[in-house]
Amino acid sequence: MELNELTIHELQKKLRAGDTSSTEIVQAVFKRIEAVEPRINAYITLMKDVALADALKADEAVKKGDIRALTGIPIALKDIFCTKGFRTTCGSRILENFIPPYDATIVEKLRQAGAIFTGKTNMDEFAMGSSTETSFFGTTKNPWDLNRIPGGSSGGSAAAVAADECIASLGSDTGGSIRQPAALCGVVGMKPTYGRVSRFGLIAFASSLDQIGPFTKDVEDCAILMNGIAGYDPKESTSIPQDVPDYRSFLSRGIDGWTVGIPKEYFIEGIDAEVSEAVQKAIKCVEGLGAKTMEISLPHTKYCLAVYYIIAPAEASSNLARYDGVKYGYRSPDGQDLLDMYKKSRSEGFGAEVKRRIMLGTYALSSGYYDAYYKKASQVRALIKRDFDDAFKTCDIILTPTTPTPAFNVGEKTGDPLQMYLSDILTISTNLAGIPGISVPCGFTKGGLPVGVQFLAGHLEEGKLLQIAAAYEKNANLEKRRPNL
Amino acid sequence: MEYEPVIGLEVHAHLLTNAKIFCRCSTKFGAAPNSHTCPICLGMPGVLPVLNKKVVEYAVKMGLATNCRINDRSVFARKNYFYPDLPKGYQISQYAEPLAEHGRIEIETGDGKKIIGITRIHMEEDAGKLLHDERNPSSYVDLNRTGIPLIEIVSEPDMRSAEEAAAYLKRLHEILVYLEICDGNMEEGSFRCDANVSLRPKGRAAFGIRAELKNMNSFRNVQRAVEYEIERQRHVLDGGGKVIQETRLWDDGQGVTLSMRGKEEAHDYRYFPDPDLVPVEIGKDWIAEIEKTQPELPQEKRERFIREYQISSYDAGVLTASRALADYFEEAARQAGKPKIAANWIMGDILKFLNEDKRSVKDCPILPADLAALIRLIDDGTISGKMAKEIIDVMYKTGKKPGAVIEEKGMVQITDESALAKTITGIIEANPAQVEQYRSGKEKVFGFFVGQVMKATQGKANPKLINDLLKKMLSGS
Ligand SMILES: [Zn+2]
Repeated sequence: MELNELTIHELQKKLRAGDTSSTEIVQAVFKRIEAVEPRINAYITLMKDVALADALKADEAVKKGDIRALTGIPIALKDIFCTKGFRTTCGSRILENFIPPYDATIVEKLRQAGAIFTGKTNMDEFAMGSSTETSFFGTTKNPWDLNRIPGGSSGGSAAAVAADECIASLGSDTGGSIRQPAALCGVVGMKPTYGRVSRFGLIAFASSLDQIGPFTKDVEDCAILMNGIAGYDPKESTSIPQDVPDYRSFLSRGIDGWTVGIPKEYFIEGIDAEVSEAVQKAIKCVEGLGAKTMEISLPHTKYCLAVYYIIAPAEASSNLARYDGVKYGYRSPDGQDLLDMYKKSRSEGFGAEVKRRIMLGTYALSSGYYDAYYKKASQVRALIKRDFDDAFKTCDIILTPTTPTPAFNVGEKTGDPLQMYLSDILTISTNLAGIPGISVPCGFTKGGLPVGVQFLAGHLEEGKLLQIAAAYEKNANLEKRRPNL
Repeated sequence: MEYEPVIGLEVHAHLLTNAKIFCRCSTKFGAAPNSHTCPICLGMPGVLPVLNKKVVEYAVKMGLATNCRINDRSVFARKNYFYPDLPKGYQISQYAEPLAEHGRIEIETGDGKKIIGITRIHMEEDAGKLLHDERNPSSYVDLNRTGIPLIEIVSEPDMRSAEEAAAYLKRLHEILVYLEICDGNMEEGSFRCDANVSLRPKGRAAFGIRAELKNMNSFRNVQRAVEYEIERQRHVLDGGGKVIQETRLWDDGQGVTLSMRGKEEAHDYRYFPDPDLVPVEIGKDWIAEIEKTQPELPQEKRERFIREYQISSYDAGVLTASRALADYFEEAARQAGKPKIAANWIMGDILKFLNEDKRSVKDCPILPADLAALIRLIDDGTISGKMAKEIIDVMYKTGKKPGAVIEEKGMVQITDESALAKTITGIIEANPAQVEQYRSGKEKVFGFFVGQVMKATQGKANPKLINDLLKKMLSGS
């Protein structure tokens, strides 16, 4: 196996044993990037020179015995995280040349843990999308089938891990933007509890829903990255001031005696038969591990999509007001006066989906409509959260498919926003409730497309998610496959 | 028709915290443009606000001082609009759930005392400043002011005249400055006021259409603008016209308010709770703690001065104009043991000196202890009041203690009875005619003798001693 195909924990072992160097790992990753990137387009910006220089430093550190949790490991960052001195586009023309003078907290933390950054990955513009097709920098292709989308919005981060263009990556999840592409690309993806990972330096889409999380090749790597990024940050007011457990310690505990809830509202018409089949197998596997499964109900599930498409665009319409051409980012050269400059800069700088959501959100917050839309949506959101609170009184974990279908074709849904929105139907509720979720590969369709199973847990129960995910991964006996590139 | 003006004021006060409300940047006025900025107050992508707790403390202080109810939970909201001085495209303010509500303060005008209601006090961030280059058509933006903490104090529409509006504004200003949470500088914009003015037929309960007045940067201008606006609206209504709801700018040069129509579009601010901030929760313990640090407020102080020092209401008003002056007075009064006399010296001489030099009482070269010493020297007869006037002048100019000035000038009052008696004997002998007049009952000539003695002693004799001795010696006893 090539070095770039290994996991963090495998590479760490090799590094510690002196069997390889960070330089070799980084070189292997960039060799792969050079080979497949023209077909996949997972990255917006590559950081090869810096990565190689950092690898040399990492090798020095290893020699001195300074080996940290991520020392020497090449990691890709979604281009939504601010990186000091490196352009951060958020997939948008409006930030095409924006270079932040600061690092996101997670970037600092990963650096502290010894990680090396390979580059900034492609994404739907401002994380608005489920296919990476709204990116100003072109669509990312699914490594398992280059005619298909990788999911979104963190499609570049998912594809980069699936195609071994990095060892692991970071993404952000506002309505499924980590879990959905993880499922469609056949990797592990976790959305932690809202407030568990600092949002400072994460370019905001919908502030009350956005959360950062890892994409990895296996569950153990997910725990390792969670150890690296989780924790209280005084720079964020919504950060949770609570100690972080060692997530690796959950991996081998097993789930004997657990109760796993299967929400009936998530096994509905419209779920692809092959997806359904794979998930049913996962349920059987979990039962085989000593867990009891039971049907539960999350009665407000039918409102999730509507609530999400009011709250997220409303917050986005305000969050994106700062891109006005005045201070940084794209400014239209044709503005005749202030208002004209605003209008032209934003019309030319934003893509269609972003504009659609800004308009939706602006409308939902308008005087006279606020009570009927935003306020009502906030109230229903509280009910959705209560559904989960109630459910977790009777079960340890909730199990669902991650997505209704496997990866769809490029261009298949771009003409129908509502169809596109429906691809997040099984992941959105988690963000509305603020609870953690993880998507783990659970098989392939006959056509060779990956399928994911989603586990959900209560507030701050990431450990439990990793516990069941690790147990499942170990016992699912899935066929080891790599995309044929 | 007879109309009744209805006036409500919205006051914005900069809070004197060292750091801005949501970042650690300095709030100091007058720095080079954009030097007090960081990614947070510049509204860069991905940054987040963290509330400066001192801002809440200061806002609570104002809430308590104006008898507001402090809400145990208040919520920051975003006020969305586009303007180049607003880097995020929204201002973080409070809307549906403000920090404090239902307050009131007492004002006093020529018509007596009156209670003015305070609707609410909320916290928010200030915007930046645009600088326009007149010569070439470009504008610049200075974001030093962006994120400086403000409280907005909204009154009930309880005022009925420009005089009341001015009195209310002065009272608010005085309280803010007393609390040491705002420097009150209107020129630098750290204390700003907008006024809502409408007229209604006298006796009618419903309010008329109001105009919002802006751009008044002094107490005098607020009063003038409100007066002008009342007259303008009266004229419109009397002429059968209708007042339009609009924003009007005070033009100081012309002394008129001018419509901003066409310059400002109707705004829908699309307020909603800021998801980047958590609700502000204020426990009873914290309020109690803050309450303990509240200074005596000007109104209480005035009442206490009148009661405790037996000075007039007017004097109490002058002496409590600032906390520093009131402290100065109290210290001098305590050390001299003569509050009324201390008050007279401060109001008559010291304030005159300070005003001439535009100096604060904190920088007064005469310390309260020095003034007290001077008063005691008059009291024990060492110097005369006339001498004291000369001495205090030197004290102010040089910062010297009264004893030192007296010594330098050889100004010690003659209190030696035998020496003075000798001088008086000489004067009596030299003016037999006047002595005769006095003894025949023309007591008016007594003044002549006092003058003669003062002249002979170059004003250094103790006036009381002169009086006593003269009376005794003239009557021949
Ligand atoms: Zn700042």
